[in-house]
Amino acid sequence: MSRLSQDELRALGLGAALVVLAALLPLLDQGFYLSMGVNIMLYAALCTAWTLFSGPTHYISLATAAFYGLGTYSVGLGIDILPYPILLGIAALVGAALAGLVGAATLRISGVYFVIFTFGLAELVRQLVTWTQTKFATAIGLYVFTDFTEVHIYLMLLALTALVFLTGFLINRSRLGFAMRIIGNDETVARHAGIDTARSKIVLFMVSGAFIAIAGAITAPRYTYIEPPSAFNPMISFLVVIMALLGGTKRLWGPLVGVIPFTIVMDIISARFPNHTSIVVGLAFFAIVYLLPDGVTGRLEQLRAWLRTRRAAGHVAAVEKQA
Amino acid sequence: MSTAALSVSNACKQFGGLVAVNDVSFEVGEGELFGLIGPNGSGKTTMLNLISGALQPTGGEIRLSGERISGLAAHHIARKGVARTFQLVRVLPSLDAEENVMTGAVFGHRRLWGEEARQLARALLDRVGLGGRAHMPVAAMTYIDQKRVELARALASDPRVLLLDEWLAGLNPSELQTGIGLIEDVGREGRTIIMVEHVMDAIRSLCDRCVVMNSGRKIAEGGVSEVLADPDVVRAYLGDDDA
Repeated sequence: MSRLSQDELRALGLGAALVVLAALLPLLDQGFYLSMGVNIMLYAALCTAWTLFSGPTHYISLATAAFYGLGTYSVGLGIDILPYPILLGIAALVGAALAGLVGAATLRISGVYFVIFTFGLAELVRQLVTWTQTKFATAIGLYVFTDFTEVHIYLMLLALTALVFLTGFLINRSRLGFAMRIIGNDETVARHAGIDTARSKIVLFMVSGAFIAIAGAITAPRYTYIEPPSAFNPMISFLVVIMALLGGTKRLWGPLVGVIPFTIVMDIISARFPNHTSIVVGLAFFAIVYLLPDGVTGRLEQLRAWLRTRRAAGHVAAVEKQA
Repeated sequence: MSTAALSVSNACKQFGGLVAVNDVSFEVGEGELFGLIGPNGSGKTTMLNLISGALQPTGGEIRLSGERISGLAAHHIARKGVARTFQLVRVLPSLDAEENVMTGAVFGHRRLWGEEARQLARALLDRVGLGGRAHMPVAAMTYIDQKRVELARALASDPRVLLLDEWLAGLNPSELQTGIGLIEDVGREGRTIIMVEHVMDAIRSLCDRCVVMNSGRKIAEGGVSEVLADPDVVRAYLGDDDA
């Protein structure tokens, strides 16, 4: 576990190659495809960060918009005062802090309440920000003027996505990752084996929240004008869940399989039927839950597991015959 | 008093109006193989759950080598050196046998990591008779093999006190002999074991001493043969007429 296995090295190499390949996109096109690339990269980062926590724990978080919005606001509020990299750091801290608070308050309770709580939380944060701005500032929104172009944003989101993957990879190899796999199997066994299940979940939620906030901070310059309805848009939370579920959350790369086709299809739909986007999102959600409960990668895993048990059953039969 | 590996004094557990464990006290010496017996619903498993921290006692005190553990969360108790198996076997289905056992080594009393934990897991799998099946999916294993995995997982944490909750239940006669042999073997290395069990043969051949519970109360304690001859114990198991 301390040394890298052959498989892990191959995965790292493949990941690095994909990052390099993705980094070449701005050289090919700086218009429509780059813009779609930004969207894909944004949701790749968001969904993977979401899966970091929700994959192993099976807790469905609808607080993505809250973390994302706090990230954009960290930049919106500080862009005239502090250098941009520091703002990214602040966004991460704010995201982690909020996740820590929410986690400590809710992760001891069961899944359904967690879903409702996180959704309520995102709305509460949005209302608080709106209220604060109307009370103490003159405008509801904030201007973010930077020199960043789509290319910069794209490359930063790519770097973030790579970082999320690397973090997930390192967590999987750590005690925390092992603990999460055990918790996902049987929380009672986990507790009796000596795992502080609540703490493990909170730490992971904080990591996830920090990354989502950074994604918000990176995209902030793209909006130019930030206001609560766009920064804390609940649609972000829902889209992240749908795309991650479509891809499958059992593997870290699962969401990616969902993000790419979904973002492209969403783009076509919102261009052709701008008034019916919500309906399509709703229908997509139904279709995924009913037809692909474990996502595309889940189906692949099922197939592999089926092949493996058949082989194992064959092995047992062989051993028994010998005995 | 503090020399006992585990001491339970006046433990109580109340579920609303139901008193599942009522003022139970006993002490288990270092290296002792201790039986906890009684008819169905007498509170044995609840007693075990109080020790392992799955449930919090509503009264009384439990001490591990003199250190109070009652009131602590299950994971703290596990780290202090209490490991257990479950009445209905609980393996981790998506992990292989080796990883199942490593769970105990990595997070329990010893807290090993990496190759050390893996080697310990291998050694323990060999020990419980699962050598060569380290990478077999546990879901494809037979019941007794899953129980072996669970025992190895508990042993992997190098526990100061090992709790076995009907570890022998559900085994066929030949498996039972194997199982008894395995527990005997673990006990011989000087490990303190508390076993809840229905299989009287196992209690007779394995345990040094035992406690008998009935309706949440301790009704007898002492050497196994004398306790099983106690009229109160016979009455608890067989009813008034046979006493």
